[in-house]
Amino acid sequence: MSQATDTTVREDGVIESVSGPVVTATDLDAKMNDVVYVGEDGLMGEVIEIEGNLTTIQVYEETSAVAPGEPVEGTGSPLSVDLGPGMLDSIYDGVQRPLDVLEDKMGSAFLDRGVDAPGIDLEKTWEFTPEVEEGEAVEAGDIVGSVPETPSIDHKVMVPPGYEGGEVVSIEPGDFTVEETVAELDTGEEIQMRQEWPVRQARPTEDKQTPTEPLTSGQRILDGLFPLAKGGTAAIPGPFGSGKTVAQQSLAKFADADIVVYIGCGERGNEMTEVIDDFPDLPDPQTGNALMARTCLIANTSNMPVAARESCVYTGITIAEHYRDMGYDVALMADSTSRWAEAMREISSRLEEMPGEEGYPAYLAARLSQFYERAGYFDNVNGTEGSISAIGAVSPPGGDFSEPVTQNTLRIVKTFWALDSDLAEKRHFPAINWDDSYSLYRDQLDPWFVENVAEDWPEQRQWAIDILDEDGELQEVVQLVGKDALPEDQQLTLEVARFIKEAWLQQNALHDVDRYCPPEKTYRILGAIQSFNDEATDALNAGVPIDEITGIDAVPRLNRIGTTPDDEVDEFVDELEADIEEQLRSLY
Amino acid sequence: MKEYQTITEISGPLVHVETDEPIGYDEIVEIETGDGQTRRGQVLDTASGHVAIQVFEGTEGIDTDSSVRFLGETMKMPVTEDLLGRVLDGSGNPIDSGPDIVPDERRDIVGAAINPYSREYPEDFIQTGVSAIDGMNTLVRGQKLPIFSGSGLPHNDLALQIARQASVPEEEGEGGDDEDTEFAVIFGAMGITAEEANEFMDDFERTGALERSVVFMNLADDPAVERTVTPRLALTTAEYLAFDKGYHVLVILTDMTNYCEALRQIGAAREEVPGRRGYPGYMYTDLAQLYERAGRVKGQEGSITQIPILTMPSDDITHPIPDLTGYITEGQILVDRGLNSQGIQPPIDPLPSLSRLMDDGIGEGLTRGDHGGVSDQLYAAYAEGEDLRDLVNIVGREALSERDNNYLDFAEEFEEQFVQQGYDTSRDIDETLDIGWDLLSMLPKPELNRIDEENIEEHYREDVEAEVAAD
Repeated sequence: MSQATDTTVREDGVIESVSGPVVTATDLDAKMNDVVYVGEDGLMGEVIEIEGNLTTIQVYEETSAVAPGEPVEGTGSPLSVDLGPGMLDSIYDGVQRPLDVLEDKMGSAFLDRGVDAPGIDLEKTWEFTPEVEEGEAVEAGDIVGSVPETPSIDHKVMVPPGYEGGEVVSIEPGDFTVEETVAELDTGEEIQMRQEWPVRQARPTEDKQTPTEPLTSGQRILDGLFPLAKGGTAAIPGPFGSGKTVAQQSLAKFADADIVVYIGCGERGNEMTEVIDDFPDLPDPQTGNALMARTCLIANTSNMPVAARESCVYTGITIAEHYRDMGYDVALMADSTSRWAEAMREISSRLEEMPGEEGYPAYLAARLSQFYERAGYFDNVNGTEGSISAIGAVSPPGGDFSEPVTQNTLRIVKTFWALDSDLAEKRHFPAINWDDSYSLYRDQLDPWFVENVAEDWPEQRQWAIDILDEDGELQEVVQLVGKDALPEDQQLTLEVARFIKEAWLQQNALHDVDRYCPPEKTYRILGAIQSFNDEATDALNAGVPIDEITGIDAVPRLNRIGTTPDDEVDEFVDELEADIEEQLRSLY
Repeated sequence: MKEYQTITEISGPLVHVETDEPIGYDEIVEIETGDGQTRRGQVLDTASGHVAIQVFEGTEGIDTDSSVRFLGETMKMPVTEDLLGRVLDGSGNPIDSGPDIVPDERRDIVGAAINPYSREYPEDFIQTGVSAIDGMNTLVRGQKLPIFSGSGLPHNDLALQIARQASVPEEEGEGGDDEDTEFAVIFGAMGITAEEANEFMDDFERTGALERSVVFMNLADDPAVERTVTPRLALTTAEYLAFDKGYHVLVILTDMTNYCEALRQIGAAREEVPGRRGYPGYMYTDLAQLYERAGRVKGQEGSITQIPILTMPSDDITHPIPDLTGYITEGQILVDRGLNSQGIQPPIDPLPSLSRLMDDGIGEGLTRGDHGGVSDQLYAAYAEGEDLRDLVNIVGREALSERDNNYLDFAEEFEEQFVQQGYDTSRDIDETLDIGWDLLSMLPKPELNRIDEENIEEHYREDVEAEVAAD
């Protein structure tokens, strides 16, 4: 959490009442959304309601033993994050306190109260390289230099928004801490690496573009059927056990973004530990460096204070916006937005606000859309282009998609990956239901796939969708009469659909090779199934019985393409297609 | 410490008091009734001049003349290693007529959250000796894996079986004494019947498990509000034993449904805006504060593994209690009514069951290299067989292809041989996986698409297919 720059001590207020995370105070001189320190322990809180002399505060820490009469101290500034080098390879709680530093400071594995720490290391020095020269004019947002933040990412140092701007009068390379001045302007303004920004306010941009480039994910069902654009928004709703977190983690690992901001919002502690353990060892498929070098983690687990859960998505997206301003493509995962919504509900009910649907506050839809609107493909103020792709997991109670959080999210996002517990029970992973899911980016991304992967990408995909649709209808009949009662060409469709499901849609997130599938391989696997379909249809027309066609021994090898290493795929598929052709043609 | 005789309102489990000094949130309160009885309670809401108190032992007998004492501290649990072998009531007072407990320390029962950065990822395989768990929903040390059950199902037998049999197989060559692999068991009972409680106690005594157990008993006729405290006492004790004394602790909490009912009761008494089905909106957070107290911590020897038990009202997994639980815990074990009436013991339905931490706890060097593949294949095959059962009811077996018939046989045998084992049988992991291979060998080799080829070569049994065909 950022240190308040304004150190003038305001007049203290006095606690009037305490009820869970909600505290009221009298005589406090504070604005809406100001950060305040509550009680003798100095627990951090935020002003959420002002009524006459009575100020209501949500407290980001446990309030046990806090009593009326204790002081409340205002800081005069709203909840802000520290922006600067050092955010990558970090793990924060919901108000940007670095958890590793907290562990040190508290000397215990358990989170104590009233301990604060700056979001970025104030002591560490960074090697600064200017990118403008003395005499050049710069404006707010412009890049003046960069520091190597991690092996993967150069952190751009920018003129903070709100600066007047002017000519650079002094700028030099060298090692600086984040608080030291790296450039001075003729207006007298000084530029440091560290900026502060209030989390609930979007950082300024020039313009928003229509995204045309996919955020390739290495997941066949996503890239192949339901692609997400760089700058797009997606929701992954699903009941528990359907693989939301695995899907989110796969995206965090393999999406071709420059930066990943991963928000664990009200989820399990061990899941965050898994990310902390795994990411430093896993290579980033784009650069080969450790994944952590492009990742910022925010962990506010379910047992951590509920108010900090409410703020953690804002903390995350503000950090994402800062990297976007540098011209990077950022992918932001929020797991889970339902917990965020529940945190809003909990605070709202403590405030005794009039509830909307299912007890959620009436402003739920507005908050959700404000959040997702901060994603997009942007022209930045400084002339660069950057994007934020936002992917929110949704945890609908009982897996019922008609509940308010899912419904309000669906009204905003353009990609919908519906997880299905029936598929999960069959261990069909990722358990994304191909009938219910959709992506509205498909058409605007097709030109990219046609140009970069294969010319017939859209046609091939449509073929797969048609087969899956037909399979869906046939399965209903099969449920009634059994498979053998169907005509042979329909039996073939069922068989081909089975391969699409098993060899193409399913992907093993735990297999070293299969967990990441480049779009070219996605294309080849489906191509192999399609060529089997074509050859088999010819054979069927020539009078070969279906059992003989599906019985050829080359066919089961379709299932092994996924686990074939990327550089051997072409050879493997060529050979397989040739074998299928040969074996089938030998039957007639 | 001041005493007040200023009670202004008593409603349900809540007492409102006027005060002239500031009272801390969550503070503990003693209320003395006219006839000299003492009740304990906790501050739920505090404002200057007025506090609301939730009374654990019920408000019967309290009148506006009763005197209220604020103890100036939040609720604490006296902890010591000597608690092992003791039986306590739901508020932590000994009820086994043993000696007084001399605490080493008194710990805040709310408990602080474990810093996610300080956690150690759980990956030590726990062998429960139950095939459906070890083979397909493996439990690891530091996991929270609830049993989802229904009224009238033998979840207690299953929990006892796990408590009895759970051990961590020592790695060969590590040497040392095997005693270390045994678990200390913390048993937190909330609102269970005296009969159920006896069942547990008898089993603990019979097997000698009581010596390494701490039992907290809130029975069905004990005050409901006390149930909100019992699991916190149990978990505070567990944390002390695990992270201060290095024990591997297994915490069994039963029945979480009663706990949630108590939450709802308090919420209603406070006239809160209710969430789904009348349960409070903060139930997710509240449950998380219990379940998340499982885990391991870097640099500490011990661990806390939780097995909460809950009965799903009318077997409905989408009911808020199992639903919220499932979102917090790392999987669930489902006890199934259908399997139970077939006489399968334990009647675990593997399909909706899940262990999220399984993948990291199994495999080469941990259990066996083929474990993951066998588990996936058993799942897929059983799911397929299950699906076909509906069809058979309509068209009959003769109308099905040979492949389908094969899967139907498989599903049958899977239930009879793999899931069925009885409550007194403990199978080690090799035995479990070998039974798995016996079953998988009923299917033709090319159907085994989830298992690596080497493993198929090593374990697939050519003779079984013939055997079954000959039957």
